[in-house]
Amino acid sequence: MASQTTLDILLLSFGVFGLLIALTLLGEFLRARLPVGQTNPVVEAFMVRVHSWWGLTIVLSLAVLSGKAGVILLFGFVSFAALREFLTFTSKRQADHLSLVLAFFVILPLQYVFVAFDWIGLFTVLVPVYAFLLLPIISALRGDTNRFLIRVAETQWALMICVYCISHVPALLTYDMPDGSDRSILLIVFFAMVVQLGDLFEYYAGRTFGRRKIAPGLSPKTLTGLLAGVLGAAVVGAVLSWITPFGVAGAAAMAALASITGMFGSIVFAAIKSDKSVKDWSHLIPGQGGFLDQLDSVIFAAPVFYHVTHLVWG
Amino acid sequence: MANLASLLRRVAARMVGHTLALVARFITAVRADWRGIEPVAKQRVYYANHVSNADMPMIWTVLPGHIRRQTRPVAAADYWLQNRLRAFVGPEVFNCVLVDRRPEARTEDPMEKIIEALDEGSSLIIFPEGNRNMTDEPLLPFRAGLYNMGKARPDVDLVPTWIANLNEIMPKGEIIPLPLICTVTFGAPIHVEDGESKDAFLKRAASALVALSTPQRGFD
Repeated sequence: MASQTTLDILLLSFGVFGLLIALTLLGEFLRARLPVGQTNPVVEAFMVRVHSWWGLTIVLSLAVLSGKAGVILLFGFVSFAALREFLTFTSKRQADHLSLVLAFFVILPLQYVFVAFDWIGLFTVLVPVYAFLLLPIISALRGDTNRFLIRVAETQWALMICVYCISHVPALLTYDMPDGSDRSILLIVFFAMVVQLGDLFEYYAGRTFGRRKIAPGLSPKTLTGLLAGVLGAAVVGAVLSWITPFGVAGAAAMAALASITGMFGSIVFAAIKSDKSVKDWSHLIPGQGGFLDQLDSVIFAAPVFYHVTHLVWG
Repeated sequence: MANLASLLRRVAARMVGHTLALVARFITAVRADWRGIEPVAKQRVYYANHVSNADMPMIWTVLPGHIRRQTRPVAAADYWLQNRLRAFVGPEVFNCVLVDRRPEARTEDPMEKIIEALDEGSSLIIFPEGNRNMTDEPLLPFRAGLYNMGKARPDVDLVPTWIANLNEIMPKGEIIPLPLICTVTFGAPIHVEDGESKDAFLKRAASALVALSTPQRGFD
Protein backbone atom coordinates (compact mmCIF):
# COMPACT_ATOMS: atom_id res chain seq x y z
CA MET A 1 0.00 0.00 0.00
CA ALA A 2 1.29 3.47 -0.84
CA SER A 3 2.50 5.25 2.26
CA GLN A 4 0.17 8.20 1.65
CA THR A 5 -2.82 5.80 1.81
CA THR A 6 -1.52 4.31 5.07
CA LEU A 7 -1.04 7.77 6.54
CA ASP A 8 -4.56 8.78 5.59
CA ILE A 9 -5.98 5.63 7.19
CA LEU A 10 -4.04 6.40 10.37
CA LEU A 11 -5.23 10.00 10.30
CA LEU A 12 -8.88 8.89 9.99
CA SER A 13 -8.45 6.25 12.72
CA PHE A 14 -7.01 8.80 15.11
CA GLY A 15 -9.80 11.20 14.18
CA VAL A 16 -12.36 8.57 15.22
CA PHE A 17 -10.31 7.73 18.32
CA GLY A 18 -10.45 11.42 19.23
CA LEU A 19 -14.23 11.36 18.88
CA LEU A 20 -14.43 8.23 21.03
CA ILE A 21 -12.16 9.75 23.68
CA ALA A 22 -14.53 12.74 23.78
CA LEU A 23 -17.54 10.43 24.15
CA THR A 24 -15.78 8.36 26.84
CA LEU A 25 -14.89 11.54 28.76
CA LEU A 26 -18.48 12.76 28.42
CA GLY A 27 -19.73 9.47 29.89
CA GLU A 28 -17.21 9.57 32.75
CA PHE A 29 -18.19 13.19 33.42
CA LEU A 30 -21.86 12.22 33.63
CA ARG A 31 -20.91 9.34 35.94
CA ALA A 32 -18.83 11.61 38.17
CA ARG A 33 -21.74 14.04 38.61
CA LEU A 34 -23.81 11.35 40.32
CA PRO A 35 -23.53 10.85 44.08
CA VAL A 36 -21.12 8.06 45.13
CA GLY A 37 -22.68 4.62 44.86
CA GLN A 38 -25.40 5.62 42.38
CA THR A 39 -25.60 4.78 38.70
CA ASN A 40 -27.79 6.10 35.93
CA PRO A 41 -28.94 3.31 33.60
CA VAL A 42 -29.01 5.63 30.56
CA VAL A 43 -25.38 6.63 31.15
CA GLU A 44 -24.34 3.01 31.73
CA ALA A 45 -26.05 1.89 28.49
CA PHE A 46 -24.31 4.73 26.67
CA MET A 47 -20.91 3.69 28.05
CA VAL A 48 -21.42 0.05 27.05
CA ARG A 49 -22.12 1.27 23.51
CA VAL A 50 -19.05 3.50 23.52
CA HIS A 51 -16.93 0.53 24.58
CA SER A 52 -18.32 -1.51 21.68
CA TRP A 53 -17.58 1.35 19.29
CA TRP A 54 -13.98 1.37 20.54
CA GLY A 55 -13.75 -2.33 19.73
CA LEU A 56 -15.34 -1.96 16.30
CA THR A 57 -13.14 1.02 15.40
CA ILE A 58 -9.95 -0.74 16.45
CA VAL A 59 -10.84 -3.93 14.56
CA LEU A 60 -11.83 -2.04 11.39
CA SER A 61 -8.70 0.16 11.54
CA LEU A 62 -6.41 -2.85 11.90
CA ALA A 63 -8.15 -4.69 9.05
CA VAL A 64 -7.94 -1.69 6.71
CA LEU A 65 -4.28 -1.07 7.66
CA SER A 66 -3.40 -4.69 6.93
CA GLY A 67 -4.80 -4.18 3.42
CA LYS A 68 -7.00 -6.18 1.11
CA ALA A 69 -6.53 -9.59 2.79
CA GLY A 70 -7.39 -8.19 6.22
CA VAL A 71 -10.54 -6.47 4.97
CA ILE A 72 -11.79 -9.55 3.11
CA LEU A 73 -11.12 -11.82 6.10
CA LEU A 74 -12.87 -9.41 8.47
CA PHE A 75 -16.02 -9.13 6.36
CA GLY A 76 -15.97 -12.87 5.64
CA PHE A 77 -16.12 -13.41 9.38
CA VAL A 78 -18.82 -10.75 9.77
CA SER A 79 -20.89 -12.52 7.10
CA PHE A 80 -20.45 -15.79 8.97
CA ALA A 81 -21.54 -14.29 12.28
CA ALA A 82 -24.51 -12.54 10.62
CA LEU A 83 -25.63 -15.66 8.75
CA ARG A 84 -25.42 -17.65 11.98
CA GLU A 85 -27.70 -15.14 13.70
CA PHE A 86 -30.18 -14.95 10.82
CA LEU A 87 -30.49 -18.70 10.20
CA THR A 88 -30.96 -19.37 13.91
CA PHE A 89 -34.41 -17.78 13.56
CA THR A 90 -35.50 -18.90 10.08
CA SER A 91 -37.82 -21.82 9.30
CA LYS A 92 -35.95 -25.01 8.62
CA ARG A 93 -36.36 -28.77 8.82
CA GLN A 94 -33.94 -31.61 8.70
CA ALA A 95 -34.42 -31.80 4.92
CA ASP A 96 -32.66 -28.42 4.68
CA HIS A 97 -29.59 -29.53 6.61
CA LEU A 98 -27.38 -30.10 3.56
CA SER A 99 -28.42 -26.91 1.80
CA LEU A 100 -27.73 -24.91 4.98
CA VAL A 101 -24.34 -26.58 5.35
CA LEU A 102 -23.59 -25.55 1.74
CA ALA A 103 -24.73 -22.00 2.48
CA PHE A 104 -22.27 -21.70 5.38
CA PHE A 105 -19.30 -23.65 4.12
CA VAL A 106 -19.41 -23.31 0.30
CA ILE A 107 -21.47 -20.30 -0.83
CA LEU A 108 -20.16 -17.90 1.82
CA PRO A 109 -16.42 -18.65 1.32
CA LEU A 110 -16.81 -18.71 -2.49
CA GLN A 111 -18.38 -15.25 -2.48
CA TYR A 112 -15.33 -13.85 -0.68
CA VAL A 113 -12.93 -15.75 -2.95
CA PHE A 114 -14.62 -14.04 -5.89
CA VAL A 115 -14.15 -10.65 -4.18
CA ALA A 116 -10.49 -11.44 -3.48
CA PHE A 117 -9.77 -12.33 -7.13
CA ASP A 118 -11.92 -9.51 -8.58
CA TRP A 119 -14.15 -12.02 -10.38
CA ILE A 120 -17.01 -9.55 -10.56
CA GLY A 121 -19.09 -11.60 -13.01
CA LEU A 122 -19.27 -14.53 -10.59
CA PHE A 123 -19.55 -12.31 -7.52
CA THR A 124 -22.75 -10.77 -8.88
CA VAL A 125 -24.54 -14.02 -9.77
CA LEU A 126 -23.41 -16.59 -7.19
CA VAL A 127 -26.07 -15.89 -4.55
CA PRO A 128 -28.96 -14.44 -6.61
CA VAL A 129 -28.69 -17.07 -9.36
CA TYR A 130 -26.77 -20.19 -8.40
CA ALA A 131 -27.52 -20.44 -4.68
CA PHE A 132 -31.09 -19.38 -5.43
CA LEU A 133 -31.55 -22.33 -7.82
CA LEU A 134 -29.31 -24.95 -6.24
CA LEU A 135 -30.30 -24.89 -2.57
CA PRO A 136 -34.05 -25.45 -3.15
CA ILE A 137 -33.15 -28.38 -5.44
CA ILE A 138 -31.15 -29.99 -2.65
CA SER A 139 -33.91 -29.41 -0.08
CA ALA A 140 -36.56 -30.74 -2.48
CA LEU A 141 -34.64 -33.96 -3.16
CA ARG A 142 -35.14 -34.97 0.48
CA GLY A 143 -38.88 -35.07 -0.17
CA ASP A 144 -40.13 -33.06 2.82
CA THR A 145 -42.61 -30.49 1.46
CA ASN A 146 -43.84 -29.19 4.81
CA ARG A 147 -43.72 -25.36 4.55
CA PHE A 148 -41.29 -25.77 1.68
CA LEU A 149 -41.60 -22.33 0.10
CA ILE A 150 -41.23 -20.56 3.45
CA ARG A 151 -38.11 -22.59 4.23
CA VAL A 152 -36.31 -21.96 0.93
CA ALA A 153 -37.42 -18.32 0.78
CA GLU A 154 -36.12 -17.56 4.28
CA THR A 155 -32.84 -19.32 3.57
CA GLN A 156 -32.41 -17.28 0.38
CA TRP A 157 -33.20 -14.08 2.25
CA ALA A 158 -30.55 -14.96 4.82
CA LEU A 159 -27.95 -15.46 2.10
CA MET A 160 -28.87 -12.27 0.25
CA ILE A 161 -28.67 -10.20 3.42
CA CYS A 162 -25.74 -11.77 5.22
CA VAL A 163 -23.52 -12.85 2.33
CA TYR A 164 -24.50 -10.95 -0.84
CA CYS A 165 -25.15 -7.54 0.72
CA ILE A 166 -22.33 -7.60 3.28
CA SER A 167 -19.78 -8.71 0.66
CA HIS A 168 -20.43 -5.44 -1.20
CA VAL A 169 -18.44 -3.60 1.47
CA PRO A 170 -15.10 -5.34 0.73
CA ALA A 171 -16.11 -5.40 -2.97
CA LEU A 172 -15.48 -1.63 -2.93
CA LEU A 173 -11.82 -2.69 -3.11
CA THR A 174 -12.40 -3.79 -6.71
CA TYR A 175 -13.36 -0.23 -7.69
CA ASP A 176 -10.64 1.30 -9.87
CA MET A 177 -9.91 4.79 -8.66
CA PRO A 178 -9.95 7.33 -11.53
CA ASP A 179 -6.36 8.33 -10.66
CA GLY A 180 -5.19 4.70 -10.69
CA SER A 181 -4.19 4.75 -6.99
CA ASP A 182 -4.85 2.05 -4.37
CA ARG A 183 -7.08 4.36 -2.39
CA SER A 184 -10.31 2.43 -2.99
CA ILE A 185 -9.79 0.96 0.49
CA LEU A 186 -10.53 4.44 1.86
CA LEU A 187 -13.98 4.22 0.30
CA ILE A 188 -14.75 1.52 2.87
CA VAL A 189 -13.73 3.87 5.67
CA PHE A 190 -15.83 6.64 4.11
CA PHE A 191 -18.84 4.35 3.75
CA ALA A 192 -18.63 2.95 7.29
CA MET A 193 -18.19 6.39 8.86
CA VAL A 194 -21.05 8.16 7.06
CA VAL A 195 -23.53 5.34 7.72
CA GLN A 196 -22.61 4.90 11.39
CA LEU A 197 -22.44 8.62 12.17
CA GLY A 198 -25.71 9.21 10.29
CA ASP A 199 -27.31 6.56 12.52
CA LEU A 200 -25.90 8.26 15.58
CA PHE A 201 -27.30 11.70 14.59
CA GLU A 202 -30.63 10.10 13.75
CA TYR A 203 -30.73 8.31 17.11
CA TYR A 204 -30.08 11.33 19.32
CA ALA A 205 -31.89 13.96 17.22
CA GLY A 206 -34.87 11.64 16.71
CA ARG A 207 -35.23 10.90 20.38
CA THR A 208 -34.66 14.48 21.51
CA PHE A 209 -36.73 16.51 19.02
CA GLY A 210 -38.69 14.08 16.87
CA ARG A 211 -42.40 13.57 17.13
CA ARG A 212 -43.84 12.07 13.95
CA LYS A 213 -42.95 8.37 13.72
CA ILE A 214 -42.27 7.13 10.20
CA ALA A 215 -43.16 3.51 10.94
CA PRO A 216 -45.57 3.66 13.90
CA GLY A 217 -45.74 0.58 16.06
CA LEU A 218 -42.55 -0.78 14.57
CA SER A 219 -39.66 1.60 14.98
CA PRO A 220 -39.01 4.64 17.20
CA LYS A 221 -37.50 6.46 14.20
CA THR A 222 -39.02 9.90 13.58
CA LEU A 223 -39.14 12.15 10.55
CA THR A 224 -37.02 14.79 12.30
CA GLY A 225 -34.48 12.15 13.30
CA LEU A 226 -34.32 10.81 9.77
CA LEU A 227 -33.73 14.25 8.28
CA ALA A 228 -31.13 15.13 10.93
CA GLY A 229 -29.35 11.83 10.29
CA VAL A 230 -29.23 12.26 6.53
CA LEU A 231 -28.13 15.87 6.86
CA GLY A 232 -25.47 14.92 9.40
CA ALA A 233 -24.23 12.12 7.15
CA ALA A 234 -24.06 14.54 4.20
CA VAL A 235 -21.98 17.01 6.23
CA VAL A 236 -19.62 14.23 7.36
CA GLY A 237 -19.45 13.07 3.72
CA ALA A 238 -18.55 16.54 2.51
CA VAL A 239 -15.84 16.85 5.18
CA LEU A 240 -14.42 13.46 4.15
CA SER A 241 -14.71 14.14 0.41
CA TRP A 242 -10.89 14.36 0.13
CA ILE A 243 -10.62 10.55 0.49
CA THR A 244 -13.15 9.89 -2.30
CA PRO A 245 -13.25 10.45 -6.06
CA PHE A 246 -16.72 12.04 -5.71
CA GLY A 247 -15.90 15.73 -5.15
CA VAL A 248 -17.47 17.70 -2.26
CA ALA A 249 -21.07 17.77 -3.54
CA GLY A 250 -20.85 14.20 -4.83
CA ALA A 251 -19.49 12.93 -1.50
CA ALA A 252 -22.28 14.67 0.39
CA ALA A 253 -24.87 13.16 -1.98
CA MET A 254 -23.35 9.66 -1.71
CA ALA A 255 -23.25 9.94 2.08
CA ALA A 256 -26.89 11.04 2.18
CA LEU A 257 -27.88 8.18 -0.14
CA ALA A 258 -26.02 5.57 1.94
CA SER A 259 -27.42 6.97 5.15
CA ILE A 260 -31.08 7.04 4.07
CA THR A 261 -30.89 3.55 2.52
CA GLY A 262 -29.38 2.33 5.78
CA MET A 263 -32.10 3.89 7.93
CA PHE A 264 -34.85 2.25 5.89
CA GLY A 265 -32.87 -1.00 6.05
CA SER A 266 -32.90 -0.76 9.78
CA ILE A 267 -36.71 -0.40 9.70
CA VAL A 268 -36.97 -3.54 7.55
CA PHE A 269 -34.85 -5.36 10.14
CA ALA A 270 -37.13 -4.13 12.90
CA ALA A 271 -40.03 -5.67 10.96
CA ILE A 272 -38.22 -9.02 10.66
CA LYS A 273 -37.33 -9.05 14.35
CA SER A 274 -40.89 -8.24 15.32
CA ASP A 275 -42.19 -10.99 13.00
CA LYS A 276 -39.82 -13.55 14.57
CA SER A 277 -40.40 -12.05 18.05
CA VAL A 278 -36.74 -11.52 18.85
CA LYS A 279 -35.42 -8.46 20.62
CA ASP A 280 -31.79 -8.86 19.66
CA TRP A 281 -30.26 -11.21 17.09
CA SER A 282 -27.67 -12.43 19.59
CA HIS A 283 -25.58 -11.26 22.52
CA LEU A 284 -22.18 -11.07 20.83
CA ILE A 285 -21.64 -7.29 20.83
CA PRO A 286 -22.13 -5.96 24.39
CA GLY A 287 -24.83 -3.30 24.57
CA GLN A 288 -25.82 -3.63 20.91
CA GLY A 289 -27.10 -7.21 20.63
CA GLY A 290 -25.76 -9.14 17.70
CA PHE A 291 -23.80 -8.37 14.56
CA LEU A 292 -27.06 -7.92 12.63
CA ASP A 293 -28.34 -5.37 15.17
CA GLN A 294 -25.18 -3.34 14.68
CA LEU A 295 -24.98 -3.75 10.90
CA ASP A 296 -28.60 -3.55 9.72
CA SER A 297 -28.10 -0.15 8.12
CA VAL A 298 -24.70 -1.02 6.61
CA ILE A 299 -26.21 -4.16 5.05
CA PHE A 300 -28.87 -2.28 3.11
CA ALA A 301 -26.63 0.61 2.18
CA ALA A 302 -23.66 -1.42 0.90
CA PRO A 303 -25.00 -2.73 -2.46
CA VAL A 304 -26.56 0.64 -3.32
CA PHE A 305 -23.39 2.56 -2.47
CA TYR A 306 -21.34 0.05 -4.49
CA HIS A 307 -23.53 0.25 -7.57
CA VAL A 308 -23.94 4.02 -7.63
CA THR A 309 -20.16 4.39 -7.22
CA HIS A 310 -19.62 2.22 -10.30
CA LEU A 311 -22.52 3.73 -12.22
CA VAL A 312 -21.69 7.40 -11.75
CA TRP A 313 -17.91 7.36 -11.21
CA GLY A 314 -17.02 4.03 -12.89
CA MET B 1 8.27 -41.21 35.86
CA ALA B 2 4.76 -42.51 36.41
CA ASN B 3 3.98 -39.26 38.22
CA LEU B 4 5.29 -37.17 35.36
CA ALA B 5 3.31 -39.20 32.83
CA SER B 6 0.11 -38.76 34.79
CA LEU B 7 0.80 -35.05 35.22
CA LEU B 8 1.30 -34.70 31.46
CA ARG B 9 -1.91 -36.61 30.83
CA ARG B 10 -3.80 -34.28 33.10
CA VAL B 11 -2.32 -31.22 31.40
CA ALA B 12 -3.17 -32.73 28.01
CA ALA B 13 -6.73 -33.36 29.21
CA ARG B 14 -7.05 -29.70 30.29
CA MET B 15 -5.74 -28.51 26.93
CA VAL B 16 -8.14 -30.77 25.01
CA GLY B 17 -10.94 -29.44 27.23
CA HIS B 18 -10.08 -25.81 26.44
CA THR B 19 -9.89 -26.63 22.73
CA LEU B 20 -13.31 -28.32 22.75
CA ALA B 21 -14.84 -25.35 24.56
CA LEU B 22 -13.28 -22.98 22.02
CA VAL B 23 -14.63 -25.02 19.09
CA ALA B 24 -18.09 -25.14 20.68
CA ARG B 25 -18.02 -21.37 21.14
CA PHE B 26 -16.80 -20.73 17.60
CA ILE B 27 -19.40 -22.95 15.96
CA THR B 28 -22.50 -22.25 18.02
CA ALA B 29 -21.55 -19.07 19.91
CA VAL B 30 -23.07 -20.99 22.83
CA ARG B 31 -24.10 -18.86 25.78
CA ALA B 32 -25.63 -19.34 29.19
CA ASP B 33 -28.87 -17.75 30.32
CA TRP B 34 -28.77 -17.86 34.15
CA ARG B 35 -32.49 -17.37 34.51
CA GLY B 36 -33.13 -19.05 37.85
CA ILE B 37 -29.71 -19.29 39.54
CA GLU B 38 -26.45 -17.39 39.77
CA PRO B 39 -23.24 -18.89 38.36
CA VAL B 40 -21.71 -19.55 41.78
CA ALA B 41 -19.86 -22.54 43.20
CA LYS B 42 -22.70 -24.38 44.92
CA GLN B 43 -23.31 -28.11 44.77
CA ARG B 44 -25.89 -28.77 42.07
CA VAL B 45 -27.28 -31.46 39.83
CA TYR B 46 -27.90 -29.91 36.41
CA TYR B 47 -30.54 -32.03 34.70
CA ALA B 48 -30.99 -31.37 31.00
CA ASN B 49 -32.90 -32.36 27.89
CA HIS B 50 -31.01 -34.71 25.59
CA VAL B 51 -31.28 -34.50 21.80
CA SER B 52 -27.70 -34.88 20.62
CA ASN B 53 -24.26 -36.03 21.68
CA ALA B 54 -23.20 -32.39 21.75
CA ASP B 55 -25.55 -31.61 24.69
CA MET B 56 -23.11 -32.37 27.47
CA PRO B 57 -20.15 -30.46 25.95
CA MET B 58 -22.45 -27.42 25.50
CA ILE B 59 -23.39 -27.27 29.20
CA TRP B 60 -19.79 -27.96 30.13
CA THR B 61 -18.59 -25.10 27.90
CA VAL B 62 -20.86 -22.44 29.38
CA LEU B 63 -20.03 -23.26 33.00
CA PRO B 64 -17.40 -20.83 34.32
CA GLY B 65 -13.99 -22.51 34.84
CA HIS B 66 -14.12 -22.86 38.62
CA ILE B 67 -17.61 -24.42 38.46
CA ARG B 68 -16.69 -26.60 35.48
CA ARG B 69 -13.77 -28.14 37.36
CA GLN B 70 -16.04 -29.42 40.12
CA THR B 71 -18.84 -30.55 37.80
CA ARG B 72 -18.94 -34.13 36.54
CA PRO B 73 -21.27 -35.35 33.76
CA VAL B 74 -22.93 -38.71 34.39
CA ALA B 75 -22.46 -40.72 31.20
CA ALA B 76 -22.79 -44.20 29.76
CA ALA B 77 -19.74 -46.43 30.24
CA ASP B 78 -20.48 -48.46 27.11
CA TYR B 79 -20.24 -45.28 25.00
CA TRP B 80 -17.20 -43.66 26.59
CA LEU B 81 -15.12 -46.81 26.95
CA GLN B 82 -15.66 -47.96 23.37
CA ASN B 83 -12.20 -46.91 22.16
CA ARG B 84 -9.03 -45.30 23.54
CA LEU B 85 -9.83 -41.80 22.33
CA ARG B 86 -13.24 -41.81 24.00
CA ALA B 87 -11.74 -43.37 27.11
CA PHE B 88 -9.44 -40.34 27.30
CA VAL B 89 -12.05 -37.69 26.49
CA GLY B 90 -14.90 -39.04 28.65
CA PRO B 91 -13.24 -39.88 31.95
CA GLU B 92 -10.23 -37.55 31.77
CA VAL B 93 -11.25 -34.42 29.82
CA PHE B 94 -14.86 -34.24 31.04
CA ASN B 95 -14.16 -36.16 34.27
CA CYS B 96 -17.34 -38.18 33.68
CA VAL B 97 -18.97 -40.40 36.28
CA LEU B 98 -19.30 -43.51 34.12
CA VAL B 99 -22.28 -45.72 34.82
CA ASP B 100 -23.22 -49.03 33.24
CA ARG B 101 -26.71 -48.79 31.77
CA ARG B 102 -27.06 -52.54 31.09
CA PRO B 103 -28.75 -53.92 34.24
CA GLU B 104 -28.02 -57.54 33.25
CA ALA B 105 -24.26 -57.12 32.89
CA ARG B 106 -23.27 -54.52 35.47
CA THR B 107 -21.33 -55.16 38.63
CA GLU B 108 -21.85 -51.79 40.33
CA ASP B 109 -25.07 -49.98 41.10
CA PRO B 110 -25.09 -46.70 39.09
CA MET B 111 -26.88 -44.83 41.87
CA GLU B 112 -24.13 -45.77 44.36
CA LYS B 113 -21.50 -44.26 42.07
CA ILE B 114 -23.58 -41.12 41.63
CA ILE B 115 -24.13 -40.68 45.36
CA GLU B 116 -20.43 -41.28 45.93
CA ALA B 117 -19.60 -38.44 43.51
CA LEU B 118 -22.09 -36.16 45.28
CA ASP B 119 -20.57 -37.02 48.66
CA GLU B 120 -17.14 -36.03 47.31
CA GLY B 121 -18.64 -32.58 46.75
CA SER B 122 -18.94 -32.71 42.96
CA SER B 123 -21.80 -31.16 41.04
CA LEU B 124 -23.30 -33.37 38.34
CA ILE B 125 -24.77 -33.08 34.86
CA ILE B 126 -27.43 -35.71 34.12
CA PHE B 127 -29.86 -36.45 31.33
CA PRO B 128 -32.89 -37.95 33.08
CA GLU B 129 -34.50 -39.07 29.82
CA GLY B 130 -31.81 -41.73 29.61
CA ASN B 131 -31.66 -41.73 25.84
CA ARG B 132 -31.53 -39.11 23.14
CA ASN B 133 -34.96 -37.76 22.34
CA MET B 134 -35.73 -38.46 18.66
CA THR B 135 -39.44 -37.73 18.93
CA ASP B 136 -41.38 -34.52 18.34
CA GLU B 137 -42.25 -34.36 22.03
CA PRO B 138 -40.17 -31.86 24.03
CA LEU B 139 -39.10 -34.56 26.53
CA LEU B 140 -39.20 -38.34 26.94
CA PRO B 141 -40.53 -39.65 30.28
CA PHE B 142 -37.88 -39.22 33.01
CA ARG B 143 -36.20 -42.23 34.58
CA ALA B 144 -36.23 -42.61 38.36
CA GLY B 145 -32.57 -41.55 38.87
CA LEU B 146 -33.27 -37.86 39.43
CA TYR B 147 -35.85 -38.68 42.10
CA ASN B 148 -33.53 -41.14 43.85
CA MET B 149 -30.73 -38.54 43.92
CA GLY B 150 -33.03 -35.84 45.25
CA LYS B 151 -34.34 -38.22 47.90
CA ALA B 152 -30.90 -39.47 49.00
CA ARG B 153 -29.24 -36.02 49.13
CA PRO B 154 -32.07 -33.53 49.72
CA ASP B 155 -29.73 -30.55 50.24
CA VAL B 156 -28.39 -30.64 46.70
CA ASP B 157 -30.07 -28.21 44.27
CA LEU B 158 -31.63 -29.90 41.24
CA VAL B 159 -31.30 -27.34 38.45
CA PRO B 160 -33.38 -27.65 35.27
CA THR B 161 -31.13 -26.94 32.28
CA TRP B 162 -32.68 -26.45 28.83
CA ILE B 163 -30.48 -26.70 25.75
CA ALA B 164 -32.11 -24.93 22.80
CA ASN B 165 -31.52 -25.42 19.11
CA LEU B 166 -29.19 -28.41 19.19
CA ASN B 167 -31.59 -30.60 17.21
CA GLU B 168 -31.29 -28.06 14.39
CA ILE B 169 -27.54 -27.71 14.75
CA MET B 170 -27.00 -31.44 14.43
CA PRO B 171 -30.07 -33.52 13.59
CA LYS B 172 -29.70 -37.27 13.96
CA GLY B 173 -27.85 -38.87 11.10
CA GLU B 174 -26.15 -35.68 9.88
CA ILE B 175 -22.38 -35.45 9.93
CA ILE B 176 -21.59 -31.74 9.63
CA PRO B 177 -22.94 -29.46 12.38
CA LEU B 178 -24.66 -26.23 11.37
CA PRO B 179 -23.20 -23.17 13.06
CA LEU B 180 -26.42 -21.84 14.63
CA ILE B 181 -26.61 -20.08 17.98
CA CYS B 182 -27.19 -22.39 20.95
CA THR B 183 -28.49 -21.19 24.31
CA VAL B 184 -28.27 -23.09 27.60
CA THR B 185 -30.89 -21.86 30.08
CA PHE B 186 -30.54 -22.61 33.80
CA GLY B 187 -33.81 -22.48 35.75
CA ALA B 188 -34.65 -22.16 39.44
CA PRO B 189 -33.61 -25.21 41.50
CA ILE B 190 -36.15 -27.77 42.70
CA HIS B 191 -36.07 -30.33 45.53
CA VAL B 192 -38.02 -33.48 46.36
CA GLU B 193 -40.68 -32.37 48.83
CA ASP B 194 -41.64 -34.33 51.94
CA GLY B 195 -43.99 -37.13 51.06
CA GLU B 196 -43.90 -36.36 47.35
CA SER B 197 -44.33 -39.47 45.24
CA LYS B 198 -41.82 -40.44 42.59
CA ASP B 199 -44.22 -39.85 39.71
CA ALA B 200 -45.42 -36.49 41.02
CA PHE B 201 -41.85 -35.30 41.48
CA LEU B 202 -40.69 -36.45 38.04
CA LYS B 203 -43.66 -34.74 36.46
CA ARG B 204 -42.89 -31.51 38.29
CA ALA B 205 -39.21 -31.76 37.32
CA ALA B 206 -40.09 -32.29 33.64
CA SER B 207 -42.47 -29.34 33.53
CA ALA B 208 -39.89 -27.08 35.23
CA LEU B 209 -37.50 -28.03 32.42
CA VAL B 210 -39.97 -27.59 29.55
CA ALA B 211 -40.97 -24.21 30.97
CA LEU B 212 -37.48 -22.97 30.10
CA SER B 213 -37.84 -23.77 26.42
CA THR B 214 -38.57 -20.75 24.29
CA PRO B 215 -40.95 -21.59 21.45
CA GLN B 216 -39.07 -23.64 18.90
CA ARG B 217 -39.07 -21.31 15.94
CA GLY B 218 -39.01 -23.07 12.62
CA PHE B 219 -40.52 -26.29 13.99
CA ASP B 220 -44.21 -25.86 14.28
